[in-house]
Amino acid sequence: MQELIIDSLLAVIAAMAAGLLVWGRAENSNMTKKQKKMLGRILAATALLLILQLVPGTVFSPLDALVPGLGYWVRLALYLADYLIIGYDILVKALKGIKNRQIFDESFLMAIATAGAIALALYERSGDYTEAIAVMLFYQIGEWFQSYAVGKSRRNISELMDIRPDYANIERDGKLERVDPDEAGIGSIIVVQPGEKVPIDGTVVEGTSTLNTAALTGESLPRDIKVGEEIISGCINMTGVLKIRTTREFGESTVSRILDLVENASSRKSRSEDFISKFARIYTPAVCAAALALALLPPLVRILGMGLDGQWEQWVYRALTFLVISCPCALVISIPLSFFAGIGGASREGVLVKGSNYLETLSQTRIVMFDKTGTLTQGVFEVNGIHHNEMENARLIEYAALVESSSSHPISKSLQRAYGKEIDRSRVTDVQEISGNGVIARVDGTEVAAGNDKLMERLGIRYINCHSAGTIIHMAVAGKYAGHIVISDIVKPHAKEAIASLKASGIHRTVMLTGDRKKAADPVGAALGIDEVFSELLPAGKVEKVEEVMERKPVKAKLAFVGDGINDAPVLRRADIGIAMGAMGSDAAIEAADVVLMDDDPMKISKAIRISRKCLRIVYENIVFAIGVKLICLILGAFGIANMWLAIFADVGVMIIAVLNAIRALFVKKL
Amino acid sequence: MKKTYKIDVDCANCANKMEEAARKTPGVANATVNFMTLKMNVEFEEGQEPDAVMQQVRKACKRVEEDCEIYL
Repeated sequence: MQELIIDSLLAVIAAMAAGLLVWGRAENSNMTKKQKKMLGRILAATALLLILQLVPGTVFSPLDALVPGLGYWVRLALYLADYLIIGYDILVKALKGIKNRQIFDESFLMAIATAGAIALALYERSGDYTEAIAVMLFYQIGEWFQSYAVGKSRRNISELMDIRPDYANIERDGKLERVDPDEAGIGSIIVVQPGEKVPIDGTVVEGTSTLNTAALTGESLPRDIKVGEEIISGCINMTGVLKIRTTREFGESTVSRILDLVENASSRKSRSEDFISKFARIYTPAVCAAALALALLPPLVRILGMGLDGQWEQWVYRALTFLVISCPCALVISIPLSFFAGIGGASREGVLVKGSNYLETLSQTRIVMFDKTGTLTQGVFEVNGIHHNEMENARLIEYAALVESSSSHPISKSLQRAYGKEIDRSRVTDVQEISGNGVIARVDGTEVAAGNDKLMERLGIRYINCHSAGTIIHMAVAGKYAGHIVISDIVKPHAKEAIASLKASGIHRTVMLTGDRKKAADPVGAALGIDEVFSELLPAGKVEKVEEVMERKPVKAKLAFVGDGINDAPVLRRADIGIAMGAMGSDAAIEAADVVLMDDDPMKISKAIRISRKCLRIVYENIVFAIGVKLICLILGAFGIANMWLAIFADVGVMIIAVLNAIRALFVKKL
Repeated sequence: MKKTYKIDVDCANCANKMEEAARKTPGVANATVNFMTLKMNVEFEEGQEPDAVMQQVRKACKRVEEDCEIYL
């Protein structure tokens, strides 16, 4: 019965290997040379083994007539040849491992177990070499499978991340010319045709089109774009021809920044990975020692203690089975693969995670703190009102825009927009920025102060408070109060759902940090459903608040901070995990963060957390499953219930299941 | 000084092993292996000749993972 099962199994494997080999010749099979070669070896070894199985042992007997014992040796030689076809590289690896003092790895275990089984068959003269060859064969099949699966998912991810534009089209004398994107300076006009990638950030000067931003943001809905709008590199132009005036150099463009992030992601290891590499370091020698003990101790006890026959063969066989079972490849391969797939899946969704340790921390996040501006709100401010002014509105705005002209804060940008004219910076002198208060400068020689109530108090100027929500900029001209400007920000469309979905995914507490007045901040917090609002904070105050919350929280609950500005960088570093908004975020924030959301959508925060949870769940599933099955089989093997066939199926089976499970971490679209 | 090299390796764990081996090589200040892009970023110590150091890195990597390749 067992013979029949083995024969049909071998036949199936041979057929599958042959089929795969034929398919591997096709262009789109993506099989590497190495994999094709291995497939050939698997086919050859399986076919030879099947023939040797089917041919009865008596076929070799006539040879004995020529030279006594020749039949036995020819049969042995054929089996050994088969063994070498399938396993020579493992034997070489094991030998090299011994030479390089890296003894205890999977190749070593496999080499010892199979060579041991052959030696045992020789010693017993049983002629049963099939088992040893089959162990090697199935081990190689498992390796082939995992190499193919890993290669395929790796290519899947890297193809999606392949957003590097190879060229830019520049119009010269009415003709399009392809140039290296590096050569197109700021302000040059580039042409992007349908189907091409936008190579450099810029503003559209001619044409309308729809853009595919999937590679950048994971968002599959196309986006419309028209003249005057900003366009970021890395998108694919789908319908119309666009002329773009570049606003950045290629090296500073979104696409370069993202590629830089992806390629230089620090590869810090997660604790699970550390655990696995430490585990493997202790585990394999321990298993070898246990196997040795299993081979030596029971027979010695039987001989010396009980005066019985040693049954050496049986115990050596059990020890070898033990070795095959104990091979830790399922763990060693699947855990890093799970993290890799998790990070890859996240980046397909527009969430860049800089290392597997961050994925791990992210999954334990219980408290999320937000910076308000640019994170929960769009950071696009508009002048909403001018009150109590002593001069014309336009003149007040002009002063405000000029004073704030050196700042890149979104508020000063909105003032400049409201002013609407070109700013003549030469009119502004003696600019003094007072962090968290405002700006004092001389405009046309007159001292102008623009800032919040703290600034007015500092200058000893009486001001009139405002009751409208928003950011209030008090103005003082030549030491006298000149009224205030109300600027308000717009909440991002998904901000409220984002908070709700964070709560739904098990975040205990959400906190908003802002430099805004309490009066402006509290209604925003309440509208969004945020638990706690800390307002009127200076940049340094944010770090203090985060530290305060971190001290009070339980150790296991991790704290995430989401921000986008330059002044958020220290907070991003200080928090357990820093999440930055990528499209709007400053370079400093992106650099300091551990996770970058490419399209600034706050919904992605909860998505990132759910992706990390899924990935970590898969990691733990694999650890428990693999170690569990191994332990059961080890016990069965030690008692002689499991033979080598079961052992190799347990090993390869667990590995294949673990690898498939790990790849599941890639699929995060619906989370 | 920092340089990037193309590599070839089969599994995520082997990439981790290579990274560790490269880091331990004398002359290397820091090294990261990116399995997704199959690239190795190596930061060399002051005054080291990258080509000579990379030969050693390659040797060290081959020792821990025979099937790997670094394209110098």
